[in-house]
Amino acid sequence: MDKEEGMAVKDSAESYVTDDGRTIGGVLMDIRSITLRFGGVTAINDISFDIREGEIRAIIGPNGAGKSSMLNVISGFYVPQEGEVWFRGALRPPMKPYQVARQGIARTFQNIALFEGMSVLDNVMTGRLNHMNSSMWSQALWLGRAEAEEHENRERVERVIDFLEIQHIRKTPVGRLPYGLKKRVELARALSAEPELLLLDEPMAGMNVEEKEDMSRFILEVNDEFGTTIALIEHDMGVVMDLSDRVVVMDYGRKIGDGTPHDVRNNQEVIDAYLGVSHD
Amino acid sequence: MPDQVLFAMEAAINGLMAGVLYALVALGFVLIFKSSGIFNYAQGVFALFAALTLVGIMEGQVPFQHLINAIFGTELHGFGWETPAILAVVLTVGVMVVLAIAVERLILRHLVNQPDIILFMATIGLAYFMEGFGDLMWGADIKKLDVGLPQGGSFWIEENTAWLGGDGFYGFFIDRLDIVATIAAAILVIGLTAFSQFTKQGRALRAVADDHQAALSVGISLRFIWVLVWSIAGIVALVAGIMWGSKSGVQFSLSLIALKALPVLMLGGFTSIPGAIVGGLIIGMGEKLFEFLIGAPFLGGATENWFAYVLALLFLVFRPQGLFGDKIIERV
Ligand SMILES: Nc1ncnc2c1ncn2[C@@H]1O[C@H](COP(=O)(O)OP(=O)(O)OP(=O)(O)O)[C@@H](O)[C@H]1O
Ligand SMILES: [Mg+2]
Repeated sequence: MDKEEGMAVKDSAESYVTDDGRTIGGVLMDIRSITLRFGGVTAINDISFDIREGEIRAIIGPNGAGKSSMLNVISGFYVPQEGEVWFRGALRPPMKPYQVARQGIARTFQNIALFEGMSVLDNVMTGRLNHMNSSMWSQALWLGRAEAEEHENRERVERVIDFLEIQHIRKTPVGRLPYGLKKRVELARALSAEPELLLLDEPMAGMNVEEKEDMSRFILEVNDEFGTTIALIEHDMGVVMDLSDRVVVMDYGRKIGDGTPHDVRNNQEVIDAYLGVSHD
Repeated sequence: MPDQVLFAMEAAINGLMAGVLYALVALGFVLIFKSSGIFNYAQGVFALFAALTLVGIMEGQVPFQHLINAIFGTELHGFGWETPAILAVVLTVGVMVVLAIAVERLILRHLVNQPDIILFMATIGLAYFMEGFGDLMWGADIKKLDVGLPQGGSFWIEENTAWLGGDGFYGFFIDRLDIVATIAAAILVIGLTAFSQFTKQGRALRAVADDHQAALSVGISLRFIWVLVWSIAGIVALVAGIMWGSKSGVQFSLSLIALKALPVLMLGGFTSIPGAIVGGLIIGMGEKLFEFLIGAPFLGGATENWFAYVLALLFLVFRPQGLFGDKIIERV
């Protein structure tokens, strides 16, 4: 069943409450007129949209539409030729990916980027690197403050691991895991950073129906329980309709639709873009 | 036990001790290669430069004194003081850190995303530059390095092992400097392991070594890690430089220990720290034993120069990923 069926999203900055009782706040991130070119290819062509606090925002579009590029711009991996990114009401200066991460924006990758040689636990622990403040020496010598900090971090990581139901593989080297579990570990690492904004690039690609259901449930729960704002790219229209509050539709680098899942599905331009395009 | 067996054992033990040094140099290579994918050709020169700097500081030399004298017509020779060894080591560590920062600022930063071969070429350039720079800074003459480490054979070991053999055997001859080097290397490796396992920076370092993209996404600054890792490699080079320099003096040939590290890397794999250590020990012991058992009696000696490479090449044929390296699987 679609969320938000028939409900219009207010354009104002005021917060509102969704049908399922979640509060959507003001604008958290504002993307203004972003253009990104690779040589002759215009991957993103003058796109603007916003992401509101507490919402699940989907980005959809056919292959090569520029969705991943958009996520890469937001997370600092790509530097756009034109346009501005506003975060928490302030214009963001050009930033390296690690600086963006330190601002409270975590992400996963379409092709999974995990530390293959490390255990699941170690992978998830790296998500907490920016929550560790004690000095190198006190850590090396395991002094009081560092020890307390390590315990605190460990506890939070264990909570994320329990939440995503990956306790049974905590000590397994990531390289040995099947694809579906890797996707879940990557989400765990992003979550352990306790991000304000979570970017997910095709979190369910290549999963079977059961795995997709699990992943959908996790995404909804993260959003619901921690109030985390989520922007996600997804090809499965059913999933998009179920999960998202609002959808941006891209095609050939342009934005061709923006609104509730219901609006977008009935938009003729969107229907045309998807006609004859196979999507898994 | 027959004396011949005991002499072979002595050769093997001394080989192990020499292997510790090879392992140290190889370790410097592995650290940098793992974290940045760069084969740092300059690692051997780093050891030379570190040792030169240490001697220079200990003897109170004025850096660039020849240059200064030539330009200003002065007759500077030294500050006229001597720096205690411990303090000089600390200062040299500082110099190696500054060097690491300079390498990141002036070279690495501008070459990100360039093909590996370009970065390799850059380190060749760096090696020759550092060699000249070291000469310019501290002079090209051969220097004696004495940081107060014990030298010469250990009488204690000799006396207590003499009974093992007959009249022709006087006990194992083991240089005390080699023993110190082994202990220092062990402490260094334990320290490095603790650092990488139990500190935030160590965890970040392992993350970068594993996957750059993923590391960036969890908020790790690659530049910081590069400075860190080149600093550590500089410190490892300093330790190797001290050991080698104490033994054979500080001179150009010190930079050639890098050549000994190559077969170690082929054997141990370019990305494995245990591989560098075990590889160093195998090469060190292998070349001494081969020289003793086959080289000297049958081949006219001096096999130590090439045996390591033959061993490594043989090994490459059967296990190209090295002892502990990741298995190479061709993706199609
Ligand atoms: N690093 C890059 N260098 C050059 N071209 C790129 C790069 N990244 C993306 N592109 C190009 O930009 C366009 C958009 O790619 P992008 O990966 O953003 O699409 P997408 O919508 O995520 O597609 P998919 O659904 O297949 O993941 C494509 O033409 C792609 O070839
Ligand atoms: Mg994509």
